[in-house]
Amino acid sequence: MSVATHEAPAEPAAKPGNTKRGLERRPGLGRWLPYLLLAPAVLLELLIHIIPMLVGIWMSFVKLTKFYIANWSAAPWAGLGNYKVAVDFDNAIGEGLLKSFGVTVAFSLITVALSWVLGMAAAVALQPPFRGRSFVRTLFLVPYALPAYAGILTWNFMLQRDTGIVNHILVDNLGLSTDRPFWLIGSNALISLITVATWKLWTFAFLTLMAGLQSIPRDLYEAASVDGAGNLRQWRNITLPSLRPVNLVLVLVLFLWTFSDFNTPYVLFGTAQPPAGDLITFHIYNASFLTWNFGTGAAMSVLLLIFLMIVTGIYLLVTGRRSRRA
Amino acid sequence: MRLRSLVAAAAVSALGISLAACGGSDSGDSSGGSGGDTTLTYWASNQGTSLDNDKQVLTPVLEKFTQETGIKVNLEVIGWNDLQTRIQTAITSGQAPDVVNIGNTWAASLQATDAFLPFDGDAMTAIGGKEKFVPTALATGGKEGTDPTSVPLYGLAYGMYYNKAMFAAAGLQPPKTWEEMVAAAKKLTNPAKNQYGMALAAGSYTENVHFAFINAAQNGAAWFDADGKPTFTGDGNVQGVLRYLDLMQKDKVANPSNAQYDNGTKSVNDFATKKVAMIINQNNADSSIAANGMKSSEYGVVAFPAPQGSADQTASHVAGINLSIFKNTKNKDAALKFVKYMTDATTQSTLGKPFASLPVLKDAKPVFTDNAEEAAIFSDIYNTKSKPLPLVPAEDQYESTVGKAMNSMFAKIATGGTVTAEDVKAALKTAEDQVAASS
Repeated sequence: MSVATHEAPAEPAAKPGNTKRGLERRPGLGRWLPYLLLAPAVLLELLIHIIPMLVGIWMSFVKLTKFYIANWSAAPWAGLGNYKVAVDFDNAIGEGLLKSFGVTVAFSLITVALSWVLGMAAAVALQPPFRGRSFVRTLFLVPYALPAYAGILTWNFMLQRDTGIVNHILVDNLGLSTDRPFWLIGSNALISLITVATWKLWTFAFLTLMAGLQSIPRDLYEAASVDGAGNLRQWRNITLPSLRPVNLVLVLVLFLWTFSDFNTPYVLFGTAQPPAGDLITFHIYNASFLTWNFGTGAAMSVLLLIFLMIVTGIYLLVTGRRSRRA
Repeated sequence: MRLRSLVAAAAVSALGISLAACGGSDSGDSSGGSGGDTTLTYWASNQGTSLDNDKQVLTPVLEKFTQETGIKVNLEVIGWNDLQTRIQTAITSGQAPDVVNIGNTWAASLQATDAFLPFDGDAMTAIGGKEKFVPTALATGGKEGTDPTSVPLYGLAYGMYYNKAMFAAAGLQPPKTWEEMVAAAKKLTNPAKNQYGMALAAGSYTENVHFAFINAAQNGAAWFDADGKPTFTGDGNVQGVLRYLDLMQKDKVANPSNAQYDNGTKSVNDFATKKVAMIINQNNADSSIAANGMKSSEYGVVAFPAPQGSADQTASHVAGINLSIFKNTKNKDAALKFVKYMTDATTQSTLGKPFASLPVLKDAKPVFTDNAEEAAIFSDIYNTKSKPLPLVPAEDQYESTVGKAMNSMFAKIATGGTVTAEDVKAALKTAEDQVAASS
């Protein structure tokens, strides 16, 4: 949809003669055409994003419990009550939210870092042409192309304690441990979660960085090797600075996606999610749907939104200032 | 330009068609009402061995209903992991089926949403009168002293299944007290051979919370006071929960892997494939046991035993499935006819066997098993040793908070940690705070 709307205004410039005649004949349509073509996108954006968001914000200010979900309009005004409950860290609900927030921050930082490092390594390794390069590139994209549910569900099978292939390899084949570790409950759950999320995400980093690498002129590298710069030096002094604009966007997007990841914990853990894997979106889902308290859930969502907006704002501010200085 | 406008026109008309299609179902509903063209939407829960199995069992029953009344029934079978959320979404959006299965423990919570048709005098008469139901089963239909918003459909109760051959080989008698049960389980446990006395669905919060309820009831403890306020941290509650956790922690008669059993079927399968000698499960385990090839003569059932000297011999909650009608249905009369049909003696005895359910009708005989002894024991548990779960609006929150707390404690035990009475109390306090905050 967005492609069509971008192209539409550009077209008159491409074929001036044709459009001019059209405009003379039907002046009204010509002026309104861009808006008309934008309308579906705007309408859907309103319907799918803006209105639900506003409803969510409204929900966070009312006491929307099971007593009112059949008739939302009857829900009493709660003022800041839901927010007070959510940030009262001495209370069970606030404490749970704070813990979940901590888990999510750790999860996001580690996952983004791992995804970026893996993506970068693979992109650089596949930069020089060799036989079968496109095959390997395609292979790397499989996790990204696979439906999230199918992929994560497979991980769920692999990580089972008694029947999973992970324990089969670690314990039965390699004999690294005499005890069969649990991967989906207890503290190992966070490791599993990070592994699965990284598996899912790193190929996006790979794809983006690979595209970025194409735009770096080869002669820069050739000149550098003539000057005697090694691979690491070339990477640090040519690749990294050239990829800076790509990295700025990539890291931000990876962080936002990871922080608000819902599918991974939802599919990986099902209804038996462990505290160590209690990511914030899943926590909010449980707070809303298990206890039927949509007001508190919405308040938590709004807090999450505000947090992500602040982080994004600071990130853009800091990186923007640094690029101006550079 | 021309091509683009053509494409746009095609897209717009396609959108229009799909919108019209969305509206179509609505107009279809409203055209019903009293004519011969009424179609009811029915959400059934998963009772058989699979969703497909449910569909196969129900389809001829529903066809018979259509033949008798001319009312068509549009069936959808929904798994337990989704059912509550689907009902919730239906309530919230108003886009609901006409008739729906609910876990009877949700009855009071769902009643509080005001989205369901109360079975008042007239509605109750239309479905055949309240006298036809077993009183304890009907009592699960809603809050005490109100018109119920659901009526019983399938009755279930917990029983302790034991493998006769394994008991005989170890020279054991079926246990009559908790202590005898643990002693028997210990004798049948040999971790070195990966052999355990019992299997527990220790990762299923719904199963866990039922045992929290039953064990606390045996201690004489309740989870809510007369005003519907949570009383989770009483000594009887804490000790009841700990007693159940200790099956894995102190007594070590259950495989730590059980902490990942997130539904009852997994422990039933361990029993049916003779990996364990005992399970405590509802009688619908029979269909899974049979599906695994174990005969009903190979196992015995006793009531889930209370500790020695316990004044309260509660062995189960009044488990089962209820039927509810959405208040905003456009086919109220047809829906009432359907509920009457599903709860009449013939339909009940048709469905009792494949779904392994206990009769919810007063004079009906259990048909879920060909083992007369088993039938008699389950009927006795259901009729005399069962208590309904708390009939308060916050019941659903009790299930999720206490059940999930138990999941976490089992996980801690399984991964080598220790759970003390103080830990249980702290976890139940957290659950209590969560319930108090949202009621």
